[in-house]
Parts: sequence; structure tokens; C-alpha cells
Amino acid sequence: MQTARQPADPQAAPFLILEDIRKSYPGVLALDQFSMSVRPGEVIGIVGENGAGKSTLMKVFGGIVAPDSGTITIDGIARPALTVAESMAGGIAFVHQELNLFDNLDVAANVFIGREPRKGGWLNIVDTRKQRAMVAPLLKRIGANFAPDTPMLSLSLAQRQMVEIAKALSVKARLVILDEPTSSLPLAETDKLLDIIAGLKADGIAVIFISHRLHEIERAADRVVALRDGRLAGTLQKHEITHDRMVKLMIGRALKAQVAEAAPQPGPVMLKVRGVRTSAHPSKPVDLDLHRGEILGLAGLVGAGRTELACALFGVDPMLAGALEMDGVPLKLRSTAQAVERGIFLVPEDRKATGLVLDMSIVENISLPDLPAHSRLMMVSGQMEGEAARRQQGELDIRAARLTVATKSLSGGNQQKVVLAKWLAMAPKVMILDEPTRGIDVGAKAEIYRLMRRLAEAGVAVLMISSDMEEVIGVSDRIAVMHEGAISGILTPGDFSEENVLLLAVGKTASKRAAS
Amino acid sequence: MNKKDLGLLLLILAVGAVVAVLNPRFLLPINISNTSNLVGLFGLSAIGQAFVIITGGIELSVGSMIALVGVLFVDFIASEGVPWPVALGLMLVLGVLVGLAHGFLITKVKLQPFVVTLCGLLIYRGVARFYTQDATAGFGFGQDFPLLDGLTTGKVYGVPASVIALAIVAGAMWVVLHRSVFGRYLYAVGKNEEAARYSGIRTDRIVISAYVICQVLTVLSAIYFAMYTRSIAPASHGNFYELYAIAAAVLGGFSLQGGEGSLIGVILGVILLQELQNLVNLLGIPSSLNFAVMGGVILIGVTMDQQWGAFMARRLRTRAARAGSTARPDVAKNSG
Repeated sequence: MQTARQPADPQAAPFLILEDIRKSYPGVLALDQFSMSVRPGEVIGIVGENGAGKSTLMKVFGGIVAPDSGTITIDGIARPALTVAESMAGGIAFVHQELNLFDNLDVAANVFIGREPRKGGWLNIVDTRKQRAMVAPLLKRIGANFAPDTPMLSLSLAQRQMVEIAKALSVKARLVILDEPTSSLPLAETDKLLDIIAGLKADGIAVIFISHRLHEIERAADRVVALRDGRLAGTLQKHEITHDRMVKLMIGRALKAQVAEAAPQPGPVMLKVRGVRTSAHPSKPVDLDLHRGEILGLAGLVGAGRTELACALFGVDPMLAGALEMDGVPLKLRSTAQAVERGIFLVPEDRKATGLVLDMSIVENISLPDLPAHSRLMMVSGQMEGEAARRQQGELDIRAARLTVATKSLSGGNQQKVVLAKWLAMAPKVMILDEPTRGIDVGAKAEIYRLMRRLAEAGVAVLMISSDMEEVIGVSDRIAVMHEGAISGILTPGDFSEENVLLLAVGKTASKRAAS
Repeated sequence: MNKKDLGLLLLILAVGAVVAVLNPRFLLPINISNTSNLVGLFGLSAIGQAFVIITGGIELSVGSMIALVGVLFVDFIASEGVPWPVALGLMLVLGVLVGLAHGFLITKVKLQPFVVTLCGLLIYRGVARFYTQDATAGFGFGQDFPLLDGLTTGKVYGVPASVIALAIVAGAMWVVLHRSVFGRYLYAVGKNEEAARYSGIRTDRIVISAYVICQVLTVLSAIYFAMYTRSIAPASHGNFYELYAIAAAVLGGFSLQGGEGSLIGVILGVILLQELQNLVNLLGIPSSLNFAVMGGVILIGVTMDQQWGAFMARRLRTRAARAGSTARPDVAKNSG
């Protein structure tokens, strides 16, 4: 339909139209009377809280879910539902949140997985050379700085995403759907991704961009479609797109200041980190002071060594060198158990792999770190752990039918609350949170921010690792920025700005009076 | 007792009923007594295996340990004149040491459980054969140890001592597995070792403890086996016994990935396996088909269990759909 290099034309006819789509699951109306259309070269931001129906909508696009009613029209052909093949033939390609890539193959093989060019007749040998030759121009087109024969294993997360995009281009996609593409990409890489989106748009390829990061949608989208409870909550045109209006549409009301007021004076140093080296950057020692009553934000690019630092402070991996001092007493950590005994707790980055035992219930997860306290004569008391869990459920507003359900059945936000509840049931002194709000909806985010503030007010030293700029700037009392394993600077509220954090994260010095 | 265990119990009763009809000798006291004695012997080592399997590991050296402990124990008390309580103590210490070694190699040296215990299987068998120069260890004429015999091969009101031992061990281990803090840790480590570690649990110690428990129970069962057979040919004694234990656990609803299974389940698994052995004997099936029957039944049982689980999940989904609730099928599974 479209020719290459056609600019986005708001007048162009939509090639993909959804009308009155309805899809219900047992007990849930996932989509209701939902309509939208996609024009060539248009960048559409889709926003909505978790559970608003975004994933169902994507499955409708991909032909994985058949709507109960409604029509889907591609190039004038109306159908009640798409099959996966029809979706692909229509030029719809996905870049998933969890990337579907094979670490043991190279870039070209990943792009052509399942569609490899063959040679050798019945021998059916993969034509590796041809494959690489075909991938090279695709990589060039999106400005990738790696070769087609690069092993997947050696690529960063952002580069992996580029491979997925190259994959989408290789099938001559007309619509590329990016599901939370920036949730694990901080700063510079995010900019690059937005550039790629602009490039796709210039080629007349439509992009649907799903993200919890509203300022990125603000920058990239021509149009915003907001979902709420499966319905179209509203559409914003380019000039109408603002952070506040999106939030309002998503939650149906304006969000009260989600950022707490300025913190009181921070207390004395709770945890002194001196010369700590981790396996990520063995040559870079880290010095850091965590104060009582303070939320210290830890910003930086992915791979800057923030998670490794958090793991070292929690005793997960032995630190290569360095000393810790807690309340003035030297501290040696050889295991997580020792960290927990001293009141140092970690809410890990990957709540499914390390935060929760997904097959265990809410109660069992909450009592796990402090089980002896919920037992008599080393026998677990169901009554004691149940009471403790109910208290935490009330405190944190964990939404679940029963406390005995497996945590894998909970939504991301509620899972994260269970991880927090594990530690809040004990007495934290140092609370480390690694990307605490990743993939969590706006409402639950605000609750987690309030909780961190409450902890700080109670005298806990809070260390929050985050790649989300708004969050780092909005929530922290001080911001430490890491660059390639070292602290490149510490910002105080007067110097808080996206620009300063970004500059420090890429290893430059912040403007104004940023000290380090 | 959960639904899975109940289903297994019904299967045991059904098979028993069929065998009893086909050959009434099945119900003779002597047959029941013999079969239950074997349940007791195999049950002790199967419980140990269950602890290891819950952590996601496996212990392949059980059969070889039963041979090694058998020859050592019998030789100590029959030829070397070591008082049997001392020999028993020494064997238990040996079990603890072997368990510690296996656990250490698996958690600290980070070798795979299969590899470590496979090497154990080979090593202990070799040592057992070397110790007696491949000769059979046994008791001399007229040698008896009244108290030890009473405790291992005696009967109380017709109930074999091994069954009583199994009942005591099973009761204690049920409490440990299903009620104690350690048991909870064991399941947590089996389901997600990383998450357990990130909760401040010393996961290495939990795993090592499981291997120690397994070896101690294996030693115990080895002594019962030794006193039962009274002569131990080190090349063949206990061959494949680890596989009986693993099979019993799998029949009893354990997942080899770890984190799943109950004590009642493994006991029922042992009972079913022995019932099948008995079936082969009583129904005149050539005993060479013994393993084939067991393998076939395990395969059918596990397949049916799998299909049943899928069926129940579907039914829960449709029921939830009808009720219009938001209940999810994966919720109900967790109450085991």
C-alpha cells in the first residue's frame, strides 16, 4: 500500500481497523466496545494500568486471541478474528517485553529463525552467508553498531531489542508493536530506541508503543490511546498529549502528588560502604553512605553495576574487596542470612526469579525470611504466620481472594507488595529496592513510593535503584549515579534534573554545583 | 491426605482386590506379612530419597550404600566381634559422613547431584566388593543376636518389626517435612532455590541436610536388609534399590524438579510397588517380567496423573467461567 519514505500522513487511510471488539474471560471483561485504527507511518502510544486490557488487545492483533464479537479489517478485508498467519501476512510484527531470542545463536540466525535461507537441495543446509548478507542492511537501517555474526550472548539488552526490530523489518512489517520496550532500558538506550521509532515512521511503518513510561510516550507518539477496564478511555492527538492528561485517562481521575514532600533532615550514617568492588567491575571501588531516614536514589545505565552493588550489600555474592560498617560496627557478610540478621533487606530486581517462591502462597512467602519467629519449638504455626500475613495485607492493601493462593496468580503490583511484606513484617534497618516499580501500574507505584517514604520516616536507610528518571528524581532525597562500576556523582535536591543524572550516568560531570 | 494420595490409595486397594480375586493366597497372613516386611525395608530408604528429591536433587548411591553397609555391619558383628550397638553407631556415622560429602560436593563444589551420586554408586559398590574380596558376608552357624534380631526381623503381634520401624520413622519424618521450619525451607529451596536464598535462608545447609537425612535412613534400611537376607553378596546386594526408591517417590506424586510431594505419597508409592511385585509372583507371571510390569505400571500411573491434572484444570476453568468468578485454576493446586 504505502511506498517507502512516505511521511506520516494524518489523511492517509487506515490500513488496519478494529471495531467494537469485545473479549471476555471467565469473570473478566478484558475488552469491551473497543475500536481503533492504524494509519501507515503513525506512532500510537497505548497506555493503561495493568489489567486495563492492553495484553488482550495485543493478542487480538497477533491472532492469538479471537474476540467474542467485533470486526478486524486489514486492507479492506473484514474478519471476525485473525489467525496468527493472517496477522503476519497483514504485516503485523511484535517486539515482546520478554525478548524471544536464542543466546546460543548469532544475530543473523535469530533474525531468520524458522525462516532460514537454505541451500544444498535436499540436504537443506542453512545458507549462513546469505543469511548474514540479508541481515546486514536491516541492521544498518536501524543504526545498529554490531555485525550480523555477533553472538547474541555478547549483546546488551538494548542491542537485543534492535535484533527483535530487525526481525520485524525482515518480514516487511507495516505495523511494529513494541510491548514495554523501554522498561529495562535507561536513558541513552531509550533515546536510541525512540530514534529507531522515528526511522520506522519515516519509512511509513506504523508503530504501536506500549509503555508505563509516560514521558517517552509523550515524546514519541503521534496519538495516544488510553485503555481503562477494557474500554477506550480516550484518545489524545499529538498536541494534546501530556503526562497529566494520560494519567487522568488511565485512572479516571487526576493522580494526587505521587511524590512525597521534601524529606526531613537525614539522620546519621547507617551503612557505610567503603571500597567495595564487585565482579561486574572489579577495578572500580564504590564508596557510599546510607543515612537513616533517607531515600538514596541510585541511578545509572543498565550494566553500571548497580544490581551487583545491591547484591554485595545483601550478601548474595561475596564482594571482591571493601569494607562495610553498620552503625559504626564493621560488618562482614558471607551470606544473605547474615544480612537479614542485621536488618539489611533486598527487594530484588526480578521478583519472579528471586523475590518470590511463585508456587508458594502469600502467607508462606511473607513468613519465609522470619519463619522461626512464626513457629513454636521449630514447628511452623499456621496461626502465627497467618496473622502476620493478614496484618501485612491490611497495611499494604494486597489484593487477593485468599492469603493461601499461590503468589504466581497475583498481578505484578500485588506480587511486589508481597515481596515488600516479607521484609516489613520484620524490622528493616537498611532497605534496598532494585527497580521496585518496574512493570507495575500507576496506582501501585504511588503506594510503593508512599511506603518507601514511611520507612524512611521510621528511620530506615532506603536505597532505591531505578532506571526510571521521573521516579529517581521524584522520590529520592539524594541521587547517587553510577557509571561503569563507580559512583560518578551524588546529586542533592537543588541539582536534581534529568540532564544532570544523564550526564553523570554517561560519565560526564553534572552542570552547576554537583559535587561528587 | 490430599486428593493425589487418596487416588493412589484407591489404586492400591483396587489392584489388591483384583489380585485377591485371581489368587486368594494374596490375603493369607503369611503373604501380607512378607509383603509388608518388604514395604518396611524399602520404605525406609524411599523416605530418605524423598527428602533429596524435594530439593530437586537425586541420590543414586542408595543401592551401593545398602551393600557397603551390609557387608561392613555383618562383618563387624559376625567376624570382628564388635558389639552390634557400636557397629550400628559406626554405620550411622558413616551415613552422616557420606551425606555430608555428597551435600558438600553438590552445594559448595557445585557438581550436579546426578554426577556426584552416580560416582558414589560406583565407588561404594567397588569398596563393598573389595572389602570382602567379592565373597559373601554372612553369619556363622548358631550365631545370633537376640535383641538385634528381635528389633529387625521379629514380629510384634504379627506385625513385622520393619513395619513398626517404618511407621516410627515415617511419623517423625512427616512432622519434619510437613510441620517443621526445616520442612518449609526444604520445599522453598526445591521450588525456587534463588528466592529462598534471597529470603535469607542458608540454602546450602538445607540441601546438605537432605543428603545427610537420606544417607542416615539408607543406613538404617541397609541394616534391616542385612538382618533380613542374613548373607550379603556385595556384587548384587541392593542392586537398583535407589531406582525403587525413586520410582516410589515418582508414583507418590513427587516431581524430579523438586518442591513437590508428600510423605504419605512416597509411602503409598512403596506399597504399590511391593504390591506389584507380589502380583507378579502370585499371578504366575514369569518373574523375568518383573521389571517390565513395574515400569509399565509406573508409566501408566504417571501418564494418568498428568492427564487427570490437565482435566481438573480444564474443569476448574469452565466451572469458574460458569460461576463468573475470577478464580484461576492454578490457585487450587497449591493446597498440597
